[in-house]
Amino acid sequence: MKRLFRGARVIDPASGVDGFVDVLVDGDRIAQVGRDLPVAGVEVIELSRDHVVCPGLIDIHVHLREPGQEHKETVASGVASAVAGGFTAVACMPNTTPVNDNANVTAYILGKAAAANLARVYPIGAVSRGSKGELLADIAELHHAGCVAITDDGHPTATALLLRRAMEYAGMFGMPVIEHCEDSSLKGDGVAHEGFTAASLGLRGIPGACEALGVERGVLMAELTGGAFHVAHMSARASIRAVRKAKEAGIRVTCEVAPHHFTLTDESLQSPIPYDTNTKMNPPLREAADRDAMLAGIADGTVDLIATDHAPHHYDEKNVEFDRAPFGIVGLETAVPLAVTQLVHAGHISLHKLVELMAVGPAKLLKLPGGTLREGAPADITILAPDMPVRIQASRLRSRSKNTPFDGWELRGGVVATIVGGRTVYVNDAATVALS
Amino acid sequence: MSAPASPQAEAPVVATALRHKDLLGIADLTPGEISLVLDTAEAMKEIGARPIKKVPALRGKTVVNLFFEPSTRTRTSFEIAEKRLSADTLSIAIASSSVVKGESLVDTALNLEAMNPDMIVLRHASSGACHLLSRVCKSAIINAGDGTHEHPTQALLDAFTIRERKKTLAGLKVAIIGDLLHSRVLRSNILLLTKMGAEVWVCGPPTLIPTDIRRFGVQSTSRVDEAVADADVVMLLRIQLERMEGAYFPSLREYFTVFGMTEARLKLAKPDVLIMHPGPMNRGVEIASEVADGPYSVILDQVHNGVAVRMAVLYLLAGGVEHEETV
Repeated sequence: MKRLFRGARVIDPASGVDGFVDVLVDGDRIAQVGRDLPVAGVEVIELSRDHVVCPGLIDIHVHLREPGQEHKETVASGVASAVAGGFTAVACMPNTTPVNDNANVTAYILGKAAAANLARVYPIGAVSRGSKGELLADIAELHHAGCVAITDDGHPTATALLLRRAMEYAGMFGMPVIEHCEDSSLKGDGVAHEGFTAASLGLRGIPGACEALGVERGVLMAELTGGAFHVAHMSARASIRAVRKAKEAGIRVTCEVAPHHFTLTDESLQSPIPYDTNTKMNPPLREAADRDAMLAGIADGTVDLIATDHAPHHYDEKNVEFDRAPFGIVGLETAVPLAVTQLVHAGHISLHKLVELMAVGPAKLLKLPGGTLREGAPADITILAPDMPVRIQASRLRSRSKNTPFDGWELRGGVVATIVGGRTVYVNDAATVALS
Repeated sequence: MSAPASPQAEAPVVATALRHKDLLGIADLTPGEISLVLDTAEAMKEIGARPIKKVPALRGKTVVNLFFEPSTRTRTSFEIAEKRLSADTLSIAIASSSVVKGESLVDTALNLEAMNPDMIVLRHASSGACHLLSRVCKSAIINAGDGTHEHPTQALLDAFTIRERKKTLAGLKVAIIGDLLHSRVLRSNILLLTKMGAEVWVCGPPTLIPTDIRRFGVQSTSRVDEAVADADVVMLLRIQLERMEGAYFPSLREYFTVFGMTEARLKLAKPDVLIMHPGPMNRGVEIASEVADGPYSVILDQVHNGVAVRMAVLYLLAGGVEHEETV
């Protein structure tokens, strides 16, 4: 079956297309992109000039929580959340119970993903067995089972030596090591960014240097090994500086920033709701200078991609004293409105650049099929409406957890539809598009 | 959260009640409201001097003292204050609570709430615990110390004690010396004293000074002589032994050598300086016994005044004069 999408702006940075052209899908593949494609024997989907057709968005930093923490999220609820957020693929973190440190767990996750049959799921394996930081996980086995990268996310890789070995070993399979950058001694039992807000609220601080030290360590190991080093969820201005310098020196380092770190500052811990545990994440919300450094890094190309660090937690776990609450917020369904509003409408980057950050960059880092609308590519497509008014409603999220600090936010930029392998897996009720 | 607009637009706002559901911190109080508490406490202090130390102001009100941290002084002070106002009062300490069975703070509070108390006085090790309770409880929440955040009634009783001796807070130099980082007493005192126009100096080892402390509107130094020079009030904060393990300073002995308040150091202060300490004291660490027991010390006055100040807070939160015409 062939389907033709026409009438919308098509942005495909990988092939240099940006204009009002048609996209022809044949089965699960992109057949052709061009002007005035023939419509005979083709189902035609008329889109509006306010719509943007782009390669399916990919979120490489998602906690799907299954196996073991199904009260927070399952693979099925996670991918439902993903497609509602415009993501056609997600890469999921290994800090499940048990940890994804062997092929059985990887296969289990992929089985659940196949059954859910919504977004594509690419598991990320652990660096070390049980993510305990002692012995390497079975990295070859993980790779062959379908893992696309390794990380001990949730914590930094225990030692510089282990990080070095991981980079060397994972390099055999072309997999990057994704690092939760943090110096454990500087983090201590901190729960908030170390600054005036934490001092006012009496919360134990985590300085930006805590993260930057982890970045510097990884950069040095990448230089030493020639391995690919990816900095997860970057938050501190000193980290951006470290990545920028490393890139200038030709070291293989990439980095991501989460929407909450380019949108919020630690002032959100104080108002509108003091000690709101939905403002508690690791790395923490930092001060304005850090947030502005994230925006600058996104604009100048230091930042390679946007990833959400989607971290679902049950409301019981968050309805506690601030210092006892777990770190993290859900992000899949708020990423597009936040990114379009805070980055594009605010004038920091173009929509074209946003597609690079949310589709092209992630696909390139993890060598995934997708990230382009070139002929023969998988028909993974996201249709956006950059000017659509969006009101975030926590209670309406598809994710099993509702832990977001953005409840009630009025934003501009929504998802019209999500198409995976030529199949429409999500259509926004608010959009008037005839899609099945 | 602010006081209601005065009918006389230009006149200073004279508060007659605390128009707050809770007392979560000094941060929420206006200078007018602080003065109201201190003025009311003067009347309450007189009650404590009577042969029959009891008035019916809170008769029929139920007050729960919910203490998740050990406390002798503050809990006793609240209990006495509640009883002098004729409230029905009970105290729950952590050891006897169901928290040991794994119940969450919110569930504990909701269960208490189901028995319809009027006020909950909360002491908890987590900063912001009172804010959490305030969101889930209809009862008035009084913060009796939350983590390293605030201890508002301590700051109010400190202010009362200073005002009693110095008549005013405005223009006084107050030096606060000790573990600034982990002190809720410090935060409440800084907020209160700066709101009331005092000049606040804070002093301690750089390892125990919170980030951006100057943004609170205080002077910060690690030179104790500079902090004490010409001070009207010197307030010492407790140094906890476990801080040595966090490598904040090498030893208690060295702490005393560098920061301990001795008679010699005190000579730099004003001749009528007041020595204060929120307790419990480490004699020979942050304060020499000669200073704690000496003529400038008002440390026991602080404890004495604590009852009157807490009576004032309880009374005003319950509605003050709007609720009860006479004390």
